[in-house]
Amino acid sequence: MTKIAVIDYGMGNLHSVSKALEEVATTEEIIVTSDPETIKRADKIVLPGVGAIKDCLEAFSDDLRSVTLELIRDKPTLAICVGMQMLLESSEENGGVKCLNVLDGRIVKIPASKDIKIPHMGWNKINFLSDHFLWSNIPNNSFFYFVHSYCCLSSCDAISETTHGANLISALGKDNIFAVQFHPEKSQNLGLQLYKNFLDWSV
Amino acid sequence: MTVAKRIIPCLDVDKGRVVKGVNFVNIQDAGDPVEIAKRYDDQGADELTMLDITASNETRETTYKTVESIAGQVFIPLTVGGGVRTTKDIKRLLRSGADKVSINTAAVNNPDFIKEAADKFGSQCIVVAVDAKATDETFSSWEVVTYGGRERTGINVIEWVNTVKEYGAGEILLTSMDRDGTKEGFDNKLTKSVSSSVSIPIIASGGVGTLQHLVDGIKKGGAEAVLAASIFHFSEFTVQEAKQAMLESGLEVRN
Repeated sequence: MTKIAVIDYGMGNLHSVSKALEEVATTEEIIVTSDPETIKRADKIVLPGVGAIKDCLEAFSDDLRSVTLELIRDKPTLAICVGMQMLLESSEENGGVKCLNVLDGRIVKIPASKDIKIPHMGWNKINFLSDHFLWSNIPNNSFFYFVHSYCCLSSCDAISETTHGANLISALGKDNIFAVQFHPEKSQNLGLQLYKNFLDWSV
Repeated sequence: MTVAKRIIPCLDVDKGRVVKGVNFVNIQDAGDPVEIAKRYDDQGADELTMLDITASNETRETTYKTVESIAGQVFIPLTVGGGVRTTKDIKRLLRSGADKVSINTAAVNNPDFIKEAADKFGSQCIVVAVDAKATDETFSSWEVVTYGGRERTGINVIEWVNTVKEYGAGEILLTSMDRDGTKEGFDNKLTKSVSSSVSIPIIASGGVGTLQHLVDGIKKGGAEAVLAASIFHFSEFTVQEAKQAMLESGLEVRN
Protein backbone atom coordinates (compact mmCIF):
# COMPACT_ATOMS: atom_id res chain seq x y z
CA MET A 1 0.00 0.00 0.00
CA THR A 2 1.33 3.43 -0.92
CA LYS A 3 2.11 5.41 2.19
CA ILE A 4 1.67 9.19 2.10
CA ALA A 5 3.38 11.01 4.96
CA VAL A 6 1.97 14.41 5.87
CA ILE A 7 4.83 15.97 7.80
CA ASP A 8 3.65 17.25 11.16
CA TYR A 9 6.10 19.76 12.55
CA GLY A 10 3.43 21.43 14.64
CA MET A 11 2.60 24.32 12.32
CA GLY A 12 0.58 23.01 9.43
CA ASN A 13 -3.04 23.01 8.39
CA LEU A 14 -2.80 19.27 8.90
CA HIS A 15 -6.40 18.48 9.54
CA SER A 16 -7.57 20.02 6.28
CA VAL A 17 -4.73 18.56 4.25
CA SER A 18 -5.12 15.03 5.58
CA LYS A 19 -8.91 15.14 5.26
CA ALA A 20 -8.63 16.24 1.65
CA LEU A 21 -6.15 13.44 0.90
CA GLU A 22 -8.39 10.90 2.64
CA GLU A 23 -11.32 12.14 0.58
CA VAL A 24 -9.57 11.21 -2.67
CA ALA A 25 -7.48 8.24 -1.49
CA THR A 26 -8.48 4.81 -2.74
CA THR A 27 -5.83 2.37 -1.52
CA GLU A 28 -3.29 4.89 -0.22
CA GLU A 29 -2.63 5.23 3.47
CA ILE A 30 -2.48 8.82 4.75
CA ILE A 31 -0.25 9.22 7.80
CA VAL A 32 0.12 12.49 9.68
CA THR A 33 3.43 12.12 11.41
CA SER A 34 6.41 13.76 13.06
CA ASP A 35 8.28 10.50 13.54
CA PRO A 36 11.45 10.29 11.39
CA GLU A 37 11.25 6.48 11.22
CA THR A 38 7.70 6.59 9.87
CA ILE A 39 8.65 9.29 7.37
CA LYS A 40 11.54 7.15 6.12
CA ARG A 41 9.10 4.42 5.14
CA ALA A 42 6.80 6.77 3.21
CA ASP A 43 6.42 6.59 -0.55
CA LYS A 44 5.28 10.19 -0.96
CA ILE A 45 5.67 13.33 1.11
CA VAL A 46 3.30 16.20 1.76
CA LEU A 47 4.82 19.28 3.37
CA PRO A 48 2.14 21.69 4.61
CA GLY A 49 2.76 25.00 6.28
CA VAL A 50 0.80 27.82 7.78
CA GLY A 51 1.83 30.88 9.71
CA ALA A 52 5.05 32.79 10.00
CA ILE A 53 7.95 31.22 8.12
CA LYS A 54 10.48 31.67 10.92
CA ASP A 55 8.27 29.71 13.31
CA CYS A 56 7.77 27.02 10.67
CA LEU A 57 11.50 26.67 10.07
CA GLU A 58 12.21 26.62 13.79
CA ALA A 59 9.50 24.06 14.44
CA PHE A 60 10.95 21.94 11.65
CA SER A 61 13.51 20.30 13.93
CA ASP A 62 16.89 18.97 12.80
CA ASP A 63 15.81 15.30 12.90
CA LEU A 64 12.69 15.95 10.94
CA ARG A 65 14.44 18.26 8.54
CA SER A 66 17.24 15.90 7.62
CA VAL A 67 14.96 12.93 7.01
CA THR A 68 12.55 15.08 4.99
CA LEU A 69 15.32 16.58 2.90
CA GLU A 70 16.69 13.14 2.20
CA LEU A 71 13.33 11.82 1.06
CA ILE A 72 12.40 14.76 -1.12
CA ARG A 73 15.48 14.10 -3.24
CA ASP A 74 13.55 11.41 -5.08
CA LYS A 75 10.10 10.72 -3.58
CA PRO A 76 7.09 12.53 -5.04
CA THR A 77 6.62 15.59 -2.85
CA LEU A 78 3.84 18.12 -2.59
CA ALA A 79 4.58 21.33 -0.66
CA ILE A 80 1.84 23.79 0.24
CA CYS A 81 1.92 27.52 1.03
CA VAL A 82 4.61 28.13 3.66
CA GLY A 83 5.70 24.54 2.94
CA MET A 84 6.43 25.74 -0.59
CA GLN A 85 8.14 28.89 0.63
CA MET A 86 10.42 26.89 2.94
CA LEU A 87 11.78 24.99 -0.08
CA LEU A 88 13.08 28.15 -1.73
CA GLU A 89 16.37 29.95 -1.09
CA SER A 90 15.36 32.62 1.37
CA SER A 91 12.50 34.76 2.63
CA GLU A 92 12.20 38.41 3.56
CA GLU A 93 9.63 37.59 6.22
CA ASN A 94 10.50 37.96 9.93
CA GLY A 95 13.46 40.20 9.10
CA GLY A 96 14.96 37.73 6.62
CA VAL A 97 15.49 33.98 6.95
CA LYS A 98 17.45 31.36 5.06
CA CYS A 99 15.28 28.59 3.69
CA LEU A 100 16.01 25.05 2.53
CA ASN A 101 17.24 25.94 -0.94
CA VAL A 102 15.68 23.03 -2.81
CA LEU A 103 13.89 25.11 -5.43
CA ASP A 104 14.97 28.25 -7.25
CA GLY A 105 13.61 31.60 -6.10
CA ARG A 106 13.27 33.97 -3.17
CA ILE A 107 10.28 34.99 -1.08
CA VAL A 108 9.53 38.69 -0.88
CA LYS A 109 6.65 40.79 0.38
CA ILE A 110 3.85 41.04 -2.19
CA PRO A 111 4.52 44.39 -3.91
CA ALA A 112 1.92 46.90 -2.74
CA SER A 113 -0.11 48.72 -5.35
CA LYS A 114 -3.17 50.90 -5.34
CA ASP A 115 -5.76 48.38 -6.37
CA ILE A 116 -4.78 45.36 -4.35
CA LYS A 117 -5.27 44.23 -0.80
CA ILE A 118 -2.58 42.44 1.18
CA PRO A 119 -2.79 39.63 2.36
CA HIS A 120 -3.67 38.19 -1.03
CA MET A 121 -6.74 36.45 0.31
CA GLY A 122 -9.37 34.68 -1.70
CA TRP A 123 -9.94 32.90 -4.99
CA ASN A 124 -7.69 33.74 -7.88
CA LYS A 125 -6.90 32.23 -11.26
CA ILE A 126 -3.81 30.21 -12.01
CA ASN A 127 -2.26 30.55 -15.42
CA PHE A 128 -0.22 27.52 -16.49
CA LEU A 129 3.30 28.29 -17.62
CA SER A 130 4.02 24.68 -18.43
CA ASP A 131 2.35 21.29 -18.57
CA HIS A 132 2.49 19.04 -15.59
CA PHE A 133 0.90 15.75 -14.60
CA LEU A 134 -0.60 17.46 -11.54
CA TRP A 135 -2.65 19.72 -13.79
CA SER A 136 -4.56 16.69 -15.16
CA ASN A 137 -8.30 17.42 -15.40
CA ILE A 138 -7.75 20.98 -14.18
CA PRO A 139 -8.52 23.62 -16.81
CA ASN A 140 -6.07 26.46 -17.29
CA ASN A 141 -7.19 29.69 -15.52
CA SER A 142 -9.11 27.83 -12.82
CA PHE A 143 -9.72 29.47 -9.46
CA PHE A 144 -7.77 28.33 -6.40
CA TYR A 145 -7.79 29.68 -2.87
CA PHE A 146 -4.87 31.83 -1.74
CA VAL A 147 -3.95 33.39 1.53
CA HIS A 148 -0.49 34.88 1.93
CA SER A 149 1.41 38.15 2.27
CA TYR A 150 4.78 36.98 0.95
CA CYS A 151 5.40 35.48 -2.45
CA CYS A 152 7.87 34.35 -5.06
CA LEU A 153 8.07 36.69 -8.07
CA SER A 154 10.42 34.77 -10.30
CA SER A 155 11.89 31.31 -10.44
CA CYS A 156 13.23 29.07 -13.16
CA ASP A 157 11.11 26.31 -11.56
CA ALA A 158 7.85 28.26 -12.02
CA ILE A 159 4.98 26.31 -13.59
CA SER A 160 2.06 28.65 -13.02
CA GLU A 161 1.50 32.29 -12.23
CA THR A 162 -1.31 34.35 -10.74
CA THR A 163 -1.97 38.05 -10.99
CA HIS A 164 -2.43 40.08 -7.82
CA GLY A 165 -1.07 43.48 -8.74
CA ALA A 166 2.16 41.81 -9.82
CA ASN A 167 2.44 38.36 -11.39
CA LEU A 168 3.14 35.94 -8.56
CA ILE A 169 4.45 32.41 -8.99
CA SER A 170 1.57 30.21 -7.86
CA ALA A 171 3.18 26.81 -8.48
CA LEU A 172 6.70 25.51 -8.89
CA GLY A 173 7.86 22.13 -10.04
CA LYS A 174 11.15 20.36 -10.41
CA ASP A 175 11.65 16.65 -10.96
CA ASN A 176 9.78 14.91 -8.12
CA ILE A 177 8.71 18.10 -6.36
CA PHE A 178 5.49 20.04 -6.89
CA ALA A 179 4.96 23.11 -4.74
CA VAL A 180 1.98 25.44 -4.61
CA GLN A 181 1.38 28.82 -3.02
CA PHE A 182 -2.38 28.25 -2.91
CA HIS A 183 -4.31 25.82 -0.73
CA PRO A 184 -5.69 22.88 -2.73
CA GLU A 185 -7.36 21.57 0.44
CA LYS A 186 -9.44 24.78 0.49
CA SER A 187 -10.07 24.95 -3.24
CA GLN A 188 -13.11 22.68 -3.39
CA ASN A 189 -13.39 20.17 -6.25
CA LEU A 190 -10.40 21.33 -8.27
CA GLY A 191 -8.25 21.27 -5.15
CA LEU A 192 -9.33 17.69 -4.49
CA GLN A 193 -8.52 16.90 -8.12
CA LEU A 194 -5.00 18.18 -7.58
CA TYR A 195 -4.58 15.90 -4.55
CA LYS A 196 -5.95 13.02 -6.62
CA ASN A 197 -3.37 13.79 -9.29
CA PHE A 198 -0.64 13.80 -6.67
CA LEU A 199 -1.71 10.36 -5.47
CA ASP A 200 -1.68 9.10 -9.07
CA TRP A 201 1.65 10.69 -9.88
CA SER A 202 4.63 8.46 -10.46
CA VAL A 203 7.98 10.13 -10.94
CA MET B 1 -7.64 40.25 -12.99
CA THR B 2 -7.19 39.95 -9.30
CA VAL B 3 -8.99 38.06 -6.54
CA ALA B 4 -12.65 37.24 -7.06
CA LYS B 5 -15.17 38.90 -4.76
CA ARG B 6 -16.29 36.42 -2.14
CA ILE B 7 -19.67 35.38 -0.80
CA ILE B 8 -19.50 34.08 2.74
CA PRO B 9 -22.56 32.49 4.32
CA CYS B 10 -22.43 32.77 8.09
CA LEU B 11 -23.60 30.11 10.50
CA ASP B 12 -24.53 31.35 13.96
CA VAL B 13 -24.16 28.26 16.09
CA ASP B 14 -25.61 27.70 19.52
CA LYS B 15 -24.90 24.39 21.29
CA GLY B 16 -24.20 22.60 18.03
CA ARG B 17 -27.21 23.96 16.09
CA VAL B 18 -27.44 26.76 13.56
CA VAL B 19 -29.78 29.46 14.81
CA LYS B 20 -30.97 32.78 13.51
CA GLY B 21 -32.43 35.63 15.47
CA VAL B 22 -32.65 39.36 15.14
CA ASN B 23 -30.40 41.16 17.60
CA PHE B 24 -30.10 38.00 19.63
CA VAL B 25 -33.85 37.68 20.22
CA ASN B 26 -36.48 35.50 18.52
CA ILE B 27 -33.89 32.79 18.00
CA GLN B 28 -35.08 30.21 15.48
CA ASP B 29 -33.49 26.83 14.82
CA ALA B 30 -32.12 26.72 11.27
CA GLY B 31 -30.61 23.24 11.30
CA ASP B 32 -27.51 21.09 11.54
CA PRO B 33 -24.27 23.02 10.88
CA VAL B 34 -22.58 20.27 8.88
CA GLU B 35 -25.57 19.77 6.58
CA ILE B 36 -25.96 23.48 6.06
CA ALA B 37 -22.24 23.94 5.44
CA LYS B 38 -22.34 21.19 2.81
CA ARG B 39 -25.34 22.77 1.13
CA TYR B 40 -23.58 26.13 0.86
CA ASP B 41 -20.43 24.44 -0.41
CA ASP B 42 -22.45 22.70 -3.14
CA GLN B 43 -24.01 26.03 -4.07
CA GLY B 44 -20.59 27.59 -4.60
CA ALA B 45 -19.93 29.49 -1.37
CA ASP B 46 -16.40 30.89 -1.40
CA GLU B 47 -15.87 30.54 2.32
CA LEU B 48 -17.85 29.84 5.45
CA THR B 49 -17.92 31.65 8.76
CA MET B 50 -19.15 30.00 11.91
CA LEU B 51 -19.86 32.07 14.99
CA ASP B 52 -20.24 30.35 18.31
CA ILE B 53 -22.85 32.67 19.78
CA THR B 54 -22.89 31.15 23.26
CA ALA B 55 -19.11 30.72 23.47
CA SER B 56 -19.22 29.51 27.04
CA ASN B 57 -16.71 27.11 28.51
CA GLU B 58 -19.36 24.40 28.78
CA THR B 59 -20.19 24.42 25.08
CA ARG B 60 -16.61 24.83 23.86
CA GLU B 61 -16.02 21.13 23.24
CA THR B 62 -19.17 20.98 21.10
CA THR B 63 -17.78 23.85 19.05
CA TYR B 64 -14.48 22.05 18.40
CA LYS B 65 -16.39 18.94 17.34
CA THR B 66 -18.60 20.95 14.99
CA VAL B 67 -15.55 22.64 13.46
CA GLU B 68 -13.91 19.27 12.99
CA SER B 69 -16.97 17.78 11.26
CA ILE B 70 -17.41 20.75 8.95
CA ALA B 71 -13.71 20.89 8.06
CA GLY B 72 -13.69 17.15 7.39
CA GLN B 73 -16.39 17.42 4.75
CA VAL B 74 -16.24 20.86 3.28
CA PHE B 75 -13.12 21.85 1.37
CA ILE B 76 -13.40 25.61 1.38
CA PRO B 77 -12.00 28.04 3.98
CA LEU B 78 -13.66 28.15 7.36
CA THR B 79 -13.46 31.06 9.80
CA VAL B 80 -14.55 30.48 13.37
CA GLY B 81 -15.36 33.17 15.90
CA GLY B 82 -17.05 33.69 19.23
CA GLY B 83 -15.29 33.70 22.57
CA VAL B 84 -11.75 33.56 21.19
CA ARG B 85 -9.70 34.94 24.09
CA THR B 86 -6.31 33.23 24.19
CA THR B 87 -3.70 31.86 21.81
CA LYS B 88 -4.63 28.46 23.23
CA ASP B 89 -8.20 28.94 21.93
CA ILE B 90 -6.77 29.83 18.52
CA LYS B 91 -4.45 26.86 18.41
CA ARG B 92 -7.26 24.51 19.34
CA LEU B 93 -9.56 25.93 16.64
CA LEU B 94 -6.87 25.76 13.97
CA ARG B 95 -6.03 22.20 14.96
CA SER B 96 -9.74 21.34 14.73
CA GLY B 97 -9.74 22.50 11.13
CA ALA B 98 -10.53 26.22 11.20
CA ASP B 99 -8.47 28.22 8.70
CA LYS B 100 -9.00 31.56 10.35
CA VAL B 101 -10.26 32.74 13.68
CA SER B 102 -12.25 35.84 14.32
CA ILE B 103 -11.46 37.91 17.42
CA ASN B 104 -13.81 40.56 18.69
CA THR B 105 -14.17 41.60 22.32
CA ALA B 106 -10.79 40.18 23.35
CA ALA B 107 -9.12 42.44 20.78
CA VAL B 108 -10.90 45.53 22.08
CA ASN B 109 -10.04 44.67 25.68
CA ASN B 110 -6.42 43.94 24.85
CA PRO B 111 -5.11 45.00 21.41
CA ASP B 112 -1.79 43.30 22.15
CA PHE B 113 -3.63 40.01 21.82
CA ILE B 114 -3.95 40.67 18.07
CA LYS B 115 -0.19 41.13 17.84
CA GLU B 116 0.51 38.04 19.87
CA ALA B 117 -1.88 35.98 17.75
CA ALA B 118 -0.59 37.32 14.42
CA ASP B 119 3.04 36.76 15.43
CA LYS B 120 2.31 33.22 16.47
CA PHE B 121 -0.06 32.02 13.76
CA GLY B 122 0.44 34.53 10.96
CA SER B 123 -1.76 37.45 9.94
CA GLN B 124 -3.51 35.32 7.35
CA CYS B 125 -5.53 33.50 9.97
CA ILE B 126 -6.37 36.45 12.21
CA VAL B 127 -9.64 38.16 11.42
CA VAL B 128 -10.67 41.00 13.68
CA ALA B 129 -14.43 41.41 13.94
CA VAL B 130 -15.41 45.05 14.33
CA ASP B 131 -18.96 45.83 15.40
CA ALA B 132 -19.74 49.44 14.55
CA LYS B 133 -22.54 51.76 15.52
CA ALA B 134 -23.15 55.29 14.28
CA THR B 135 -22.46 58.00 16.83
CA ASP B 136 -24.77 60.59 15.32
CA GLU B 137 -27.95 60.78 13.31
CA THR B 138 -26.19 61.61 10.06
CA PHE B 139 -24.46 58.20 10.12
CA SER B 140 -21.07 59.61 9.25
CA SER B 141 -19.05 58.66 12.29
CA TRP B 142 -18.97 55.30 14.04
CA GLU B 143 -17.77 53.84 17.27
CA VAL B 144 -16.78 50.32 18.19
CA VAL B 145 -19.33 48.44 20.27
CA THR B 146 -18.97 45.12 22.05
CA TYR B 147 -21.25 42.49 23.53
CA GLY B 148 -23.57 42.45 20.53
CA GLY B 149 -23.92 46.21 20.52
CA ARG B 150 -24.88 46.58 24.16
CA GLU B 151 -21.60 48.10 25.25
CA ARG B 152 -20.25 51.31 23.71
CA THR B 153 -16.49 51.75 23.84
CA GLY B 154 -16.03 55.30 22.57
CA ILE B 155 -13.35 54.02 20.17
CA ASN B 156 -13.54 55.54 16.69
CA VAL B 157 -13.97 52.80 14.07
CA ILE B 158 -11.55 54.27 11.52
CA GLU B 159 -8.83 54.67 14.13
CA TRP B 160 -9.51 51.19 15.43
CA VAL B 161 -9.27 49.42 12.06
CA ASN B 162 -5.94 51.12 11.45
CA THR B 163 -4.74 49.95 14.84
CA VAL B 164 -5.80 46.35 14.26
CA LYS B 165 -4.10 46.40 10.87
CA GLU B 166 -0.89 47.70 12.47
CA TYR B 167 -1.11 44.96 15.09
CA GLY B 168 -1.26 42.32 12.38
CA ALA B 169 -4.89 41.53 11.58
CA GLY B 170 -5.17 39.91 8.16
CA GLU B 171 -8.78 40.80 7.52
CA ILE B 172 -11.64 42.77 9.04
CA LEU B 173 -15.15 41.48 9.48
CA LEU B 174 -17.09 44.72 9.67
CA THR B 175 -20.63 44.54 11.02
CA SER B 176 -22.99 47.47 11.16
CA MET B 177 -24.94 47.04 14.37
CA ASP B 178 -27.39 49.66 13.13
CA ARG B 179 -28.23 47.42 10.19
CA ASP B 180 -27.75 43.94 11.59
CA GLY B 181 -30.98 41.98 11.32
CA THR B 182 -32.86 44.79 9.57
CA LYS B 183 -32.66 43.48 5.98
CA GLU B 184 -32.22 47.08 4.82
CA GLY B 185 -28.79 46.47 3.32
CA PHE B 186 -25.23 47.07 4.52
CA ASP B 187 -24.22 50.46 5.85
CA ASN B 188 -22.22 51.16 2.69
CA LYS B 189 -21.01 54.52 3.94
CA LEU B 190 -19.42 52.77 6.89
CA THR B 191 -17.93 50.04 4.69
CA LYS B 192 -16.55 52.61 2.25
CA SER B 193 -14.97 54.69 5.02
CA VAL B 194 -13.26 51.59 6.38
CA SER B 195 -12.26 49.97 3.08
CA SER B 196 -10.68 53.16 1.80
CA SER B 197 -8.67 53.71 4.96
CA VAL B 198 -6.96 50.31 5.37
CA SER B 199 -5.12 48.07 2.94
CA ILE B 200 -6.33 44.72 4.33
CA PRO B 201 -9.48 43.02 3.00
CA ILE B 202 -12.86 44.00 4.44
CA ILE B 203 -15.82 41.65 4.76
CA ALA B 204 -19.08 43.60 4.91
CA SER B 205 -21.74 42.28 7.26
CA GLY B 206 -25.06 43.21 8.79
CA GLY B 207 -28.33 43.99 7.09
CA VAL B 208 -28.53 41.92 3.90
CA GLY B 209 -32.08 41.42 2.68
CA THR B 210 -31.73 41.27 -1.12
CA LEU B 211 -29.17 40.19 -3.68
CA GLN B 212 -28.70 43.81 -4.74
CA HIS B 213 -27.51 44.52 -1.19
CA LEU B 214 -24.63 42.08 -1.73
CA VAL B 215 -23.66 43.82 -4.97
CA ASP B 216 -23.86 47.23 -3.28
CA GLY B 217 -21.59 46.11 -0.44
CA ILE B 218 -18.86 45.57 -3.00
CA LYS B 219 -19.60 48.29 -5.52
CA LYS B 220 -20.60 51.08 -3.12
CA GLY B 221 -18.85 49.85 0.01
CA GLY B 222 -15.63 48.65 -1.58
CA ALA B 223 -15.68 45.36 0.36
CA GLU B 224 -13.67 42.37 -0.80
CA ALA B 225 -16.25 39.96 0.50
CA VAL B 226 -19.85 39.98 1.69
CA LEU B 227 -21.27 37.99 4.54
CA ALA B 228 -24.89 37.04 5.01
CA ALA B 229 -26.80 34.61 7.17
CA SER B 230 -30.56 34.66 7.13
CA ILE B 231 -31.15 35.15 3.39
CA PHE B 232 -29.40 31.82 2.82
CA HIS B 233 -30.59 29.84 5.85
CA PHE B 234 -34.24 29.87 5.03
CA SER B 235 -33.56 29.38 1.31
CA GLU B 236 -34.86 32.79 0.32
CA PHE B 237 -31.88 32.82 -2.03
CA THR B 238 -29.17 30.34 -2.89
CA VAL B 239 -25.50 31.24 -3.00
CA GLN B 240 -25.66 30.47 -6.71
CA GLU B 241 -28.33 33.10 -7.25
CA ALA B 242 -26.23 35.57 -5.30
CA LYS B 243 -23.23 34.85 -7.50
CA GLN B 244 -25.34 35.19 -10.62
CA ALA B 245 -26.50 38.62 -9.45
CA MET B 246 -22.91 39.67 -8.81
CA LEU B 247 -21.79 38.37 -12.17
CA GLU B 248 -24.59 40.21 -13.96
CA SER B 249 -23.57 43.45 -12.31
CA GLY B 250 -20.09 43.02 -13.74
CA LEU B 251 -18.26 41.75 -10.66
CA GLU B 252 -15.61 39.06 -10.89
CA VAL B 253 -16.74 35.95 -9.03
CA ARG B 254 -15.54 32.36 -8.91
CA ASN B 255 -17.84 30.28 -11.03
